[in-house]
Amino acid sequence: MLPEIGQLALILALLLAGLQALLPLVGAQRGSEPWMRVARPAAYAQALFVACAFAILVRAFVTHDFSVAYVARNSNSLLPLVYRIAAVWGAHEGSLLLWIGILALWTAAVARFSRALPLPVIARVLGVMGLVSFGFLLFTLLTSDPFARLLPMPSEGADLNPLLQDPGLAMHPPILYSGYVGTTVAFAFAIAALLDGKVDARWVRWSRPWTNVAWALLTTGIALGSWWAYYVLGWGGWWFWDPVENASFMPWLAGTALIHSQAVTEKRGSFRGWTLLLAIAAFSLSLLGTFLVRSGVITSVHAFAADPARGVFILVFLGIVIGGSLLLYALRAPRDDDGAPFAAASRETLILANNLLLTTACAMVLAGTLFPLFADALKLGRYSVGPPYFSLMFGLLMAPLLLLVPFGPLTRWQREQPSVPLKLLVPWLGVALLGGALALVALPGAWWKPAAGITIGFWLLAGTARFVRRRFALAGQRFTAEMAGMSLAHTGLAVFFFGVLLTESLGVQKDVAVMPGHSVEAAGYEFRFDGVERIQGPNYVADHGSISVTRNGAHVADLHPEKRQYLAGGQVMTNTAIDPGLRRDLYVALGEPIDANGGWALRVYVKPWVRCIWLGALMMALGGLVTAFDRRFRRPAEAR
Amino acid sequence: MNPTRKRRLGFLLVMLLAIGIAGTLVVIALQHNVRYLLTPTDVAAGQARGDHPFRLGGVVCEGSIKRTQGTLDVRFVVTDRVHEVPVRYTGILPDLFREGQSIIATGQLGGKGFHADEILAKHDETYMPKEVADAIAKGKALPRKPCAPPPP
Repeated sequence: MLPEIGQLALILALLLAGLQALLPLVGAQRGSEPWMRVARPAAYAQALFVACAFAILVRAFVTHDFSVAYVARNSNSLLPLVYRIAAVWGAHEGSLLLWIGILALWTAAVARFSRALPLPVIARVLGVMGLVSFGFLLFTLLTSDPFARLLPMPSEGADLNPLLQDPGLAMHPPILYSGYVGTTVAFAFAIAALLDGKVDARWVRWSRPWTNVAWALLTTGIALGSWWAYYVLGWGGWWFWDPVENASFMPWLAGTALIHSQAVTEKRGSFRGWTLLLAIAAFSLSLLGTFLVRSGVITSVHAFAADPARGVFILVFLGIVIGGSLLLYALRAPRDDDGAPFAAASRETLILANNLLLTTACAMVLAGTLFPLFADALKLGRYSVGPPYFSLMFGLLMAPLLLLVPFGPLTRWQREQPSVPLKLLVPWLGVALLGGALALVALPGAWWKPAAGITIGFWLLAGTARFVRRRFALAGQRFTAEMAGMSLAHTGLAVFFFGVLLTESLGVQKDVAVMPGHSVEAAGYEFRFDGVERIQGPNYVADHGSISVTRNGAHVADLHPEKRQYLAGGQVMTNTAIDPGLRRDLYVALGEPIDANGGWALRVYVKPWVRCIWLGALMMALGGLVTAFDRRFRRPAEAR
Repeated sequence: MNPTRKRRLGFLLVMLLAIGIAGTLVVIALQHNVRYLLTPTDVAAGQARGDHPFRLGGVVCEGSIKRTQGTLDVRFVVTDRVHEVPVRYTGILPDLFREGQSIIATGQLGGKGFHADEILAKHDETYMPKEVADAIAKGKALPRKPCAPPPP
């Protein structure tokens, strides 16, 4: 009975979403206050019904209700409780429900924390969010019903994909989706401004904290996904330029450009049209990401289903959203750019360069990701675009960006003597280059990457520190949360690139055949293989390996990688064993038995500084959050 | 031209230049980094150039996996049920690699068949590249013959 109630709750939520879209939008056009006042209660009610549906699906998983087809396909009576809950978003239908649930939460949050906004603005913002929600609810009900029954009821479920039975995955989709869906808020504010016709700095000030929170969550979500891929997939990589990774990275790049250009528009009034366009782009890319991942046009870990009806629906939805918003933009975008004029040497110019480089990088990723699709559709053959393309292009585009980052905060708005920031920073650039040159001499075999990592890391760090010091040295100037957030995020960038370049260049990987009692040497560590034994887990049996690591005779760690076979589906999965550390990770994965005498194929990695990659990403995310809580954004909306 | 127009024109030219450079770079980089996906039938038809790396998609033929004891060297046969290509690989195979499983191997043709640098078995067990699925559907109509063992 409950699943039917869940379905009913979704239908009611759909109707409420329609109401939340229609009445306030029309009301705002006609200036009808009662109609506009529908927005808030409709948003709360919609969130309530979506929450009901979500809770019912969770309950179906927890109580093993295999009469629900989705539960039967993705759960099993042996599955531990926490993974039964995570299994709710382990496949297509449930992850869509999660999308909708998070959108409902964002909508309710906007409704709750926007008391200071004029009624027509909030009516339009909630109306646009209602439209998006309507589209997704319709999609779910028409093509991907999570509550569909399976009759007769099977006595046992098929089990959750073992790759997904992991604490990292329990967290990754909700946080990534919170970021994806959060771009809806910036989009809704942009559309509201276009509908309103008053594209001024105010709408940007209102939407900035939301954009920053969404961007921070997106950053965290991507970092979690990367971390999960690193220790679950057993290949030791942290980024593969897989289409699905690209799908989350494109909105991130557009979002990064957006948070910078929003700052310009809010403070100087410039780039108004451009900021609107970026808000539309970030949201469209989030939708495109959902399309790429969910429609099955691209096959990867995340492609749950290849159902053409779903693909067509999302494609049409995508067409309406992108086409509609671009049309609106063409009709209503501000033609006059009456922001404060700025000289060639100014912070505006630097942020413009930042935006150009980030959007070009985004376009480059888009081209590489979609090229195989187009080639296939146009019968040019089946291709795949490899990581070398992305790495090369991304490196080329990021190099000038990283050079310019420290100059931004130290350059004044509107007009700056180029000699001022140059004098402050060039000595540090010299020191950074010197550090890189020393690394080049000290690590002759590793070529340019570690040198670049040290130079970039030090340059960004020193440049950011220089900004902080200057701010404190200037008497009478406050150090705002916004500045703290920016400094933190730029420091995170330093840590990130340092980690990436050093891991990539100094990491050691060895695939070896080992007999029990034999040792492998990697980067000064001695890995002794002590054999494999059979053990029994809650829903799997495993070959449990034992490896003891020593360095110069001193014991470092005992590692126990496993090769698991899950009982329900029979899938085999590698469980890596990692000894983590800030300076290096020791990483071991079991391959397969290679002979009858207990010999195994073993994958051994030593990854220096790999933790910096995720640490840097988390610092960036934290920076975004800190910025969002700047006092300025909480002041009641007044004209500047 | 007034100064505003001049500035806008300059900006436009810089944008066009940037887009042009970026576009050219994308095309060049794509040209060097795309890989064809070929089936054993394509290989038999001579579509693979000897020195050019490509991706080979197909099913690991039942009973064809041969491991050199105590090493990471492995040989097997990839088939689309019409034609077969022997593959050799040194390294650790993915978890889902097994006989009858659809895989994609990246590498190039050499003596004694295909030399793979990387083997991917997709996480979704039902996954199969469309071409391979089509070829297998065609092959099903033909009488099933056992695979030839991979050459030593």
